[in-house]
Amino acid sequence: MTKGATAPRRSGGSRGRGGTPPEPDYVQLLTPDGERVSHPDYSVDFSDEELRGLYRDLVTVRKLDAEATALQRQGELGIWASLLGQEAAQVGSGRAMRSQDMAFPTYREHGVLYCRGIDPIMPLSLFRGVDQGGWDPVANKFNLYTIVIGAQTLHATGYAMGIAKDGKVGTDDGEAVIAYFGDGATSQGDVNEAFIWSSVFHAPVVFFCQNNQYAISEPLERQTRIPLFQRAAGFGFPGVRVDGNDVLACYAVTRAALDNARLGQGPTLIEAYTYRMGAHTTSDDPTRYRVSSEVEAWQAKDPIARVRALLTKEKIADDAFFDSVDADAKAEAVQLRERVLTMPDPDPAQIFEHVYVEGSPLVEAERKQFEAYAASFEGSAH
Amino acid sequence: MAVETLTLGKALNTGLRRAMERDDKVILMGEDIGKLGGVFRITDGLQKDFGEERVIDTPLAESGIIGTAIGLALRGYRPVCEIQFDGFVYPAYDQIVSQVAKFRYRSRGHVNLPMVIRIPFGGGIGAVEHHSESPEAYFSHTAGLKVVACANPEDAYFMIQQAIASEDPIIFLEPKRRYWEKGAVDTALGLDAVTPLHNSRVVRPGTDATVLAYGPMVKTALDAATAAQEDGRSLEVIDLRSLSPMDLTPVFDSVRRTGRLVVVHEAAGNLGMGSEIAARVTEECFYSLESPVLRVTGYNTPYPASRLEEEYLPDLDRVLDAVDRSFGW
Repeated sequence: MTKGATAPRRSGGSRGRGGTPPEPDYVQLLTPDGERVSHPDYSVDFSDEELRGLYRDLVTVRKLDAEATALQRQGELGIWASLLGQEAAQVGSGRAMRSQDMAFPTYREHGVLYCRGIDPIMPLSLFRGVDQGGWDPVANKFNLYTIVIGAQTLHATGYAMGIAKDGKVGTDDGEAVIAYFGDGATSQGDVNEAFIWSSVFHAPVVFFCQNNQYAISEPLERQTRIPLFQRAAGFGFPGVRVDGNDVLACYAVTRAALDNARLGQGPTLIEAYTYRMGAHTTSDDPTRYRVSSEVEAWQAKDPIARVRALLTKEKIADDAFFDSVDADAKAEAVQLRERVLTMPDPDPAQIFEHVYVEGSPLVEAERKQFEAYAASFEGSAH
Repeated sequence: MAVETLTLGKALNTGLRRAMERDDKVILMGEDIGKLGGVFRITDGLQKDFGEERVIDTPLAESGIIGTAIGLALRGYRPVCEIQFDGFVYPAYDQIVSQVAKFRYRSRGHVNLPMVIRIPFGGGIGAVEHHSESPEAYFSHTAGLKVVACANPEDAYFMIQQAIASEDPIIFLEPKRRYWEKGAVDTALGLDAVTPLHNSRVVRPGTDATVLAYGPMVKTALDAATAAQEDGRSLEVIDLRSLSPMDLTPVFDSVRRTGRLVVVHEAAGNLGMGSEIAARVTEECFYSLESPVLRVTGYNTPYPASRLEEEYLPDLDRVLDAVDRSFGW
């Protein structure tokens, strides 16, 4: 049994009520100081160019996220769910997907969305209230954001069952599914039902839990008394805990789990042990429920700083590269801002569109009433 | 002509079989629907003939049935989910109302969820608690879902196939107390040759008053009309069939002729289907009405212990009493 894998080990699980949690035992390939470390079961073999690419991804998604947070503060978005601190978990797992794999996100997976090649304006239009997710989820292999906690884990499992029915497992070019959720979601019935379903139907799905330590204000201790990855054993499939701030480890562990799924070995639960540096959303105030020393301790494990330290130490990149990445990310953020500010409000007729494929007399009648009512104002001072 | 005499349950079974033969993407999911054939045997023999890949015995979790069906529909399948009893649909309520109903709207038409959720509903079989509920108003209130109820074997046979063929998600209500009642079904007819899924239908013409019902109460209404005939009153009975969207055009036409309407359903009256129908008929037929629209419904209590259900459920006498009140206005 490997380090970090489901086993009768008690790491992180024996913390007492109110005690200091021990340092968790997890798969790590890059330390917070930027040192590469080896692991008996997981490794990555990235070229220098690929490592620079990962760094660029991390910086870009953080910058876009910061821009979205600023836009919310300026009243341009109704709300924003920041990914700050979770960039490695999202970029690592997102880049581990193959083009044919399907993702089922929550409302915070902006980094995964970016890795899927979807226009980063999309989640901003959602949070601005222009639409409820404008992309085609099936064509983009990335489902719409799901707001109800954990509901998407069942959709992911069903989709994975469909892959198996289609005979698209068991070969190297098969398909797999990844379902994203947070630590709070593990308390939901749907997530536990998804674990049962995926296990008994041997579905090619990877459950990627970003344990960011808080469900809005409630700490992990309010959701579980054992490490989350150990839950998998009770459902009959492997669980792995990975350093969620280590993009290399997140990539390696996710790639392996997706490969196992596509080769017909069933589901895996990955617990990416990380930390949400900001608020749950722009609506809450994390200073009410957590202490600054905790935040500072996690600051030292920053997912971007450690990759930059690695690139510097191993002379894979120089200051000119870092400057250019910053400049490009800034340019992309400025562009995003301009696009948000010039985003038109939707046509009111959209209220009545796409309710049913085959229509409904009730919806049609109300559409006509609305149009007549709206037309009655034309030419008036209102 | 291939007219067969089938029970409503067998008609559903045969209709499911036809749908599975027609489209190999149609799959059935539910608890005990495989070897057992479902607790009401509606899926009897289907797993034997279509295999475990298409008739899936699921774990015992309703949210999981609906949630995974959504994923299968996204993948191109057409799941037909069986909820074992009406009172067990509530654990799946979130998936139905928050996800199934809204997927298409949320995705601006990118995604359709062509799935059917079969629910045996209503009382009258002497069951224990949670086995006799009438949840239709919850689902009819939710845009994005369509809700239908069959009342006789012929409709059961065709409506289940029409529902499965629909690109929209359908809540399909089956009147469980009528599962064993027989009727003629012309199985040679195509789906296009019969009443469209969302149209209501006059099932007994009459001239003096209109009685509107759906599901298990259609038979009750017809029995009441037969009894009323002996008293010299001619009742027109309309089967609503589709609860959402509602086709009230035949009802408006009928009320304009008869001037009186009694709506009958098992569900509690408060904020129920009858309330909506009364409001719409009043808006549309105000000058034709000779008396207020009256409702005959279950009481506004939880469904009682089965020894009391005969008192609770609308029956022939309560319908006739309402007709009398309508004439006494």
